[in-house]
Amino acid sequence: MTLTDKSPDQKPMTDVAGPAHPLAVLWRAVTTIWSVPKARIGVVMLGIFILGAVFAPLIAPYDPTANDFGRSEDMTAAHLLGTTAAGQDVLSQIIHGARVSVFVGFVAGLFSTIIAVLIGLSWGYLRNVTADVINFIVNLFLVIPALPLMIVIAAYLQNGGIGMIILVVVITGWAWGARVLRSQTQSLRSRDFVTAAIFSGESSFRIVFREILPNMTSLIVGSFFGAATAAILAEAGLSFLGLGDSTTISWGTMLFWAQNSNALLTGQWILLFAPGLCISLLATSLSLINFGVDGLSNPRLREGAKR
Amino acid sequence: MRFVFTKLGLLLLTLWAAVTLNFLLPRLMPGSPADAALAKLAQNGPVSPATRAAVEAQLGVPTGSMFDQYLQYLGNVATFDFGVSYTFFPQPVAGLVAAALPWTLVLVGLVTIIAFIFGTLLGVLAAWKRGTWLDTLPTVGGTFASAFPYFWTALLLLFFLGYVAGWFPTSGAYGRGTTPEFSVEFLLDAIYHAILPATTILITSLGGWILGMRSTMINTLGDDYVTFAEANGLRPRTVAIRYAARNAILPNLTSFGLALGGVVGGSLLVERVFAYPGVGYLLYTAVTNQDFPLMQALFLIITISVLLANFIVDILYGILDPRTRR
Repeated sequence: MTLTDKSPDQKPMTDVAGPAHPLAVLWRAVTTIWSVPKARIGVVMLGIFILGAVFAPLIAPYDPTANDFGRSEDMTAAHLLGTTAAGQDVLSQIIHGARVSVFVGFVAGLFSTIIAVLIGLSWGYLRNVTADVINFIVNLFLVIPALPLMIVIAAYLQNGGIGMIILVVVITGWAWGARVLRSQTQSLRSRDFVTAAIFSGESSFRIVFREILPNMTSLIVGSFFGAATAAILAEAGLSFLGLGDSTTISWGTMLFWAQNSNALLTGQWILLFAPGLCISLLATSLSLINFGVDGLSNPRLREGAKR
Repeated sequence: MRFVFTKLGLLLLTLWAAVTLNFLLPRLMPGSPADAALAKLAQNGPVSPATRAAVEAQLGVPTGSMFDQYLQYLGNVATFDFGVSYTFFPQPVAGLVAAALPWTLVLVGLVTIIAFIFGTLLGVLAAWKRGTWLDTLPTVGGTFASAFPYFWTALLLLFFLGYVAGWFPTSGAYGRGTTPEFSVEFLLDAIYHAILPATTILITSLGGWILGMRSTMINTLGDDYVTFAEANGLRPRTVAIRYAARNAILPNLTSFGLALGGVVGGSLLVERVFAYPGVGYLLYTAVTNQDFPLMQALFLIITISVLLANFIVDILYGILDPRTRR
């Protein structure tokens, strides 16, 4: 497991000192994730959604807001997924809806992760009263049920649109990542390489963000995908309750309108099925990629490796 | 015993923080509850100064300094005086919450316990049979199912089993024409109405338990004492259950309390879909009608329930694992 695992092409120790080119690091990360079959499926699925979101105006057969088609039509050649009760093309709405979900997922995931990294790492490294105070605050945010808090804030902010939803998701979403990163920082800070850095006189800031942080790449990437998944589901939930801007075209608002226009009674199951399936598939793709990130900073955790 | 008191102190501190957050939230936001109510009234025509004064008095818009308001608020919370709902005017908020709470508590509580037991068992199996279909099926299936938005699972079950097949009632917690009472008939009726909401929560929350248990179990399987037990020639099942699973279940128990918040949130959406008369449906009604007193009280009661559940899990954890008592 230890010495025998070294691959024959491993470079001698002297070469390791120089930091690799950032693009080379990124490429290595992508190939590591790609090497895990489950993660590979996730990457492909996510790629399709991102492409769909970016090129939505080119792919979508109609303008998603155009409402001059027949109302509540079934699936036909002209409208592959039928039309809504307001006479809009469902397929075009699905394709355009990807934009909101992908955008909210990535932006909210990114901000949550940045906060989680800043708080989690400094909190794990500190050993004074401040750590206890942060501990209390993080635990408070962890136990307060996120969705009710989001609903309450969203209700006060009144139809704030996507910006409001991102804000609400970040407020409630950073604590989980912070806690995970804290415990890993705590276990890393007693390792020899950290002690060596302390004795060589490095500043705390440098130790935390240059020595410890690179060892937690998988956890950070993992918490990003986790936060993005949560953000996508939260956006859908809030929009479904009608708390977002209900004129935005997103999968959540499509479900909101589907239930409010009684698609259940008229039997237009595709109106319920399609947006929800897209939300689940997008969230699944992120979870699947997460199976591959374990190997980023710890080759021993690669899927399929013998225990 | 000292451990229980420490936890109790922490619980009280957290409760205080949650209550304070509930106090600060509306005051940090632009606008005020009274303004919102007046805006709603203004849709029907101009609001006279007399009406305005009446609304402000009804909603208990506090006058005086922030500190005085806070003290008054704490006093109100301590006496369960949450004011009057203006969706269900003139019913007091406390009564509405008390009527809705049992439905959600029983539904979410029972389903969560069932999901925890099943999920943990499947997780143990998946970790032990790593790489076989017994691992792949629950892992991939669980990942996919836990990505289902709660309300989507609910809508699909409602549509296919409720409307198309007609096997289950489509809304409510008990049949029309019956009143809640302690009889076998009513109980069976309530269970019949609860099957679809419960199945929704079960489907969506099961995956989390499977994945959580699987990963802690895999970590435990790497420990030396498991290898030692295997080397001693113990039966595989004994090693899996008595050695590995027994120790892996403890870390999974802590996530029980934290996951509860997510399940409660999901159940709010489920209740909305099934028009189930619990806390979630009431919160939805409050939010859509901008009934701020009701909304505030519901948020508080949901938070307190989750805090209490976490406290109970913490105490249990301390009993099961003496090391955490320090």
